[in-house]
Amino acid sequence: MGKGQGYRGLRLASLALALVFLVSAVAGCGQKQEGGGQASNTIKVGINFELTGNAATYGSHCRDGILLAIEEINKSGGVLNKQLEPKVLDNASKQDESTNVATKLATEEKVKALLGPATTGCTLGAAPVATENKIPLITTAATAPSVTVDDNGKVRDFVFRVCFIDPPQAIMGARFAYNDLKVKKAAIYYDTGNDYSKGLYQNFKDEFTKLGGQIVAEEGFSSTDEDFRPTLTKFKQNGAELIYIPAYYNQVGKIVSQARELKIDVPMLGADGWDSPDLVKIAGAQALNHTYFTNHYSSADPSSKVQEFIKAYKAKYGSEPDAFAALGYDAAYLLKAAIEKANSDDPVAIKDALAQIKDFEGVTGKLTFDDKHNPMKEISIIELKDGKQSLVKKVMYTE
Amino acid sequence: MDFLQQLINGLSLGSIYAVIALGYTMVYGIIQLINFAHGDIIMVGAYVGFFAVAVLGWSFIPALVLAMAACTVLGVVIERIAYKPLRNSPRLAVLITAIGVSLFLENLGLRVLKTDYRAFPQIIPRDAISLFGGLTVTYQQLLILITTILMMVLLQYVVHYTRIGKAMRAVSYDREAAMLMGISVDNTISFTFALGSALAGVAGVLLGLYYQTCHPLMGIMPGLKAFVAAVIGGIGVIPGAMAGGFLLGIVEALVAAYGSSQWRDPVVFLLLILVLLVRPTGLMGRDVGEKA
Repeated sequence: MGKGQGYRGLRLASLALALVFLVSAVAGCGQKQEGGGQASNTIKVGINFELTGNAATYGSHCRDGILLAIEEINKSGGVLNKQLEPKVLDNASKQDESTNVATKLATEEKVKALLGPATTGCTLGAAPVATENKIPLITTAATAPSVTVDDNGKVRDFVFRVCFIDPPQAIMGARFAYNDLKVKKAAIYYDTGNDYSKGLYQNFKDEFTKLGGQIVAEEGFSSTDEDFRPTLTKFKQNGAELIYIPAYYNQVGKIVSQARELKIDVPMLGADGWDSPDLVKIAGAQALNHTYFTNHYSSADPSSKVQEFIKAYKAKYGSEPDAFAALGYDAAYLLKAAIEKANSDDPVAIKDALAQIKDFEGVTGKLTFDDKHNPMKEISIIELKDGKQSLVKKVMYTE
Repeated sequence: MDFLQQLINGLSLGSIYAVIALGYTMVYGIIQLINFAHGDIIMVGAYVGFFAVAVLGWSFIPALVLAMAACTVLGVVIERIAYKPLRNSPRLAVLITAIGVSLFLENLGLRVLKTDYRAFPQIIPRDAISLFGGLTVTYQQLLILITTILMMVLLQYVVHYTRIGKAMRAVSYDREAAMLMGISVDNTISFTFALGSALAGVAGVLLGLYYQTCHPLMGIMPGLKAFVAAVIGGIGVIPGAMAGGFLLGIVEALVAAYGSSQWRDPVVFLLLILVLLVRPTGLMGRDVGEKA
């Protein structure tokens, strides 16, 4: 017994470990087989997104939007008579992996432009690579101001974004709560591990108190929290008339439905992180009544550009596009517009053309870059009614 | 009144922890193995429950039974493949294997089930019963509490009043002596895994309901918390696991209510450190010398 048994044990243990590595390796490889195509007469576009990890839905929806746009562009003859060739890689929602992926796309694949990532952290990981290799990068949804402007206050030449930045949406949210919903006492519940959430929290608080409102409670949760009932009970006892929840939809869904269960019927307000078809599935349509959020676009927007995009997206993927898909779609068309404007697929020329883009008509609104590469565009305020989005109004941010 | 409301919040979470902690404690009691894969078996249970409800359209009790059955099979298979061959190896080897199994299940889950959060269909009406003085208990909380208590009573019965329960206690007390008395140690250990995993299946469905979502990594945190609960209660002791689970749930709710929700996890682990310093065998643990 003894010895043979021991060896067998060891063998099995190593087998188990080997299997674990195998699975993670396979998980990593799967993404790399997309793309392909001929080497010549194409423009390679690097697509670096959160396809796995905790921001996976945002990243994969952005990618879906981009791939839809590229398919349409190629079908209609491409750009400068060349086909766009997407190279999709996964950054696993990790900042360092995003740097690796961007480097790989820039140096090995020699792409002409980088699209993505979707989140602030991962984009900050990829931005230095874009600068170093002189390749333009368009992020779809990284909303922190520091993405396009570095720590010294200098604009990052090669980094652009199609989404608006955080402060305006939090400020417009606070104004909407105070002026339109007539709320005087608000509670804030934010994600402490998330720069996006913290930024919105601070801006909302400042604007709301400046207007004359009162923050009766502010609490943070961590991204692994699942049970929000104790804190919500506390908010109720503090007399909050509105709860501001600047967080991602999977947490928002749970918070909202747990609050409604506890008979907390006050309106709730959030930001673009709320936008996902899954929000209704998690929270339930009933629970979401009387909730609002600020967003890049609304699928309820009757404009023909929006409705055509929704139709095409549904035909390709079988589901309703959220704002991330729309931002991805816009990013790809923005790149096309820049290449055409530059009349060249040289990365530096594309960058220069991007900086001069004016009145680009996207699904998420009309876009003109300011001198910090931030688009100036309208913010949609959306209300959820029986699980359906309805557009309350579109507002232009003013100081 | 606020305090009572928070107590209700804590009790329902605590009862789920207790069910999970039972699985840890039974397996530890019998082969001194901390089964790190336990949390991931919960995840599998939650997904089986999810598919039973969302795809097959089953109601709560059949879904629960299916999740229990699936987890039982999974638990026994894991035990046979990963732990049984190592029965006479150093404990560290088994522990490392347990971690390997856990990582394997998590990564396989991420691969097969994808990373999206899936909304758990709400088979229980999302409403609350109003008690006296503005106190509310949701149907979910009530269901979770009842299911948990039922499972505990059932488990106590199995362990104390059946032949196999007697065998389990004998094996945990002295494996060699039990073997000499004609007890099939292997079968008893397999049964313990089956029982613990069935409870993990229950916990999975309850967690899915309570958290409203499932995710391939959803088992990690509750698994860890329940492990802490088992240690606080005295690992290897069944009533200790229950007490530890309830205690932890209530502590979490109170810390979130009267302190801050960010202090929840630090307080839980601080509690663990304190208990280990003051009473290393846990609150209800027997003070027995370590077996060689």
